[in-house]
Amino acid sequence: MSTTTTIPKKLPGMDLKKIGKDLYEVFIGPQHPGSGHMRIIIRVDGDVIVEADPDLGYVHRTMEKLAEGREFIKIVPLMERMAILDACNITLPYVEAVEKLMDIEPPPRAKYLRVLLCEINRVASHLYGMGIFGVFLGHSTMYMWPFGDREVFVELAEKLTGARLTHTYAIPGGVRRDLPQGFKEDAEKAVRYMFKRLEEYRKIFLDNPVIQKRLIDVGIISKNLAAKLGIVGPNVRASGIKYDVRIIEPYEAYDELDFEVPVYEEGDAFARAWIRIIEIQQSLNIIRQVLEKMPEGDPMHEKFWAKAPPLYKKVFQETKRVKLIPLFANLKVPAGRAFARAEAGRGEVVYMVESQNAMKPYRVRVVSPSFRNAIVFKYIVPGHRIADLPAIYGSIDYFPPEADR
Amino acid sequence: MSELVEALKNKLGDLNPEVSEGKGFISVSVDSSKLREAAKRLLEMGFDHVKTVTAVDYMKEKQFEVIYHASSYLNTDLAKYIVELKTRIPRDNPEVDSLSDIWVSAEFLERETFEFFGINFRGHPDLRPILLLQEVADKHPLRKDFIVKEEGIFK
Repeated sequence: MSTTTTIPKKLPGMDLKKIGKDLYEVFIGPQHPGSGHMRIIIRVDGDVIVEADPDLGYVHRTMEKLAEGREFIKIVPLMERMAILDACNITLPYVEAVEKLMDIEPPPRAKYLRVLLCEINRVASHLYGMGIFGVFLGHSTMYMWPFGDREVFVELAEKLTGARLTHTYAIPGGVRRDLPQGFKEDAEKAVRYMFKRLEEYRKIFLDNPVIQKRLIDVGIISKNLAAKLGIVGPNVRASGIKYDVRIIEPYEAYDELDFEVPVYEEGDAFARAWIRIIEIQQSLNIIRQVLEKMPEGDPMHEKFWAKAPPLYKKVFQETKRVKLIPLFANLKVPAGRAFARAEAGRGEVVYMVESQNAMKPYRVRVVSPSFRNAIVFKYIVPGHRIADLPAIYGSIDYFPPEADR
Repeated sequence: MSELVEALKNKLGDLNPEVSEGKGFISVSVDSSKLREAAKRLLEMGFDHVKTVTAVDYMKEKQFEVIYHASSYLNTDLAKYIVELKTRIPRDNPEVDSLSDIWVSAEFLERETFEFFGINFRGHPDLRPILLLQEVADKHPLRKDFIVKEEGIFK
């Protein structure tokens, strides 16, 4: 039996292309340990990156075009597919934009319920990001722990909305379900557990000398550069800019709540890791406050009840569940253009909705936080070694399904 | 908000802008030849980044509307406002000056508008598709004459 095996001279994807003296082109991805698919084409001199070209679009679904062929209410479950863990945050500005066009404001209880789910989503989204960050750095404990703890908040969301992910909770006019019985006790348990866990994350991950060596002074984004590149969310706050839509332009019930937005001056990958931990703490505080301050009342706008048949009212009074009336599918939105934004887990998400007094929108424009953060790869990565790339990628919490839309 | 409308009218006065308040933004409409100058002045005022670049296809009027939503990170007074800088261009010759050198944050967003609408941004440093493959980008999917064939549930 022959022991020689024939190795093909060129395996696809393995060939290095020499593009100049000592300059090689390397394709990283679309298969890599991160979440979803995304490729970065880098040009290296030795192992120093001289040029990086992010290649997006592997999970693109043309949501903006699909939205033009759907009724207004059906766009909420469509847009949720961007970031299923962060479903309430990512669709809230769309709902707000439609409400602006219809000139209605949700009742106060609905506003608090929306904030409640938004913060549960934010915690889950940050935990997911921390897990991916851990696996990028080869820290498998930091991968397992947040992914396990995320389950606590996914189940909390399930209790509130009936769905683990893609809740379709906020709809134009209010929310789909009222607070279930016993939710406050469950939420308090989850909050107490998470505070304890965050302390353990610090001990095993952030205070770990190996992790610190890999993150400190890596991928520094200065304050002015961050503003110029227009990056969003925890990344811009780690660069010394206090910018959070919840404070800049408070929406829903955020102006009635007391919370801090953490800001770091360093702008490196380590600051971006810390800021997520502190934001989880703040979100846990908000969850407690919301449950304390929750006003009584209907979770849907009175216009909704005026059109609902008696049976629907009965279902609501007995089970506190809003059943969507068929009329809702034929929602006609007055002509005009509205712009709305919210702070999602990964940063600011903006929507522009244009209606021409029809059942379907004329144009829906959405820009997700990850798409705006993608520019970091082009402008920050060059100058670093290849080994630093996973640290930078993980630290900006880039999420391809959200970026590609 | 009305103070900013006045400030914008003063700053951009000689460019004949139409300034009005919209739902969640302040709209500034200028002629496409004055787009760059308007953007430069907005940057001087402190609007240091753009949140979206996009277009709307008005097929009946044979026009595209190119829209930039600008805001500020470093100037805390302006941070809560969104300025919608927009211009109309003919649909059969969709060309407009790129603002990527004024607002670096517009670079990827202009690439996206280029592939989805086929709008040529003159002077863009790297104008090529970003999300789509070249074959799909050639069809410019977000134009209104691109019809999506949807399969019915019972077919």
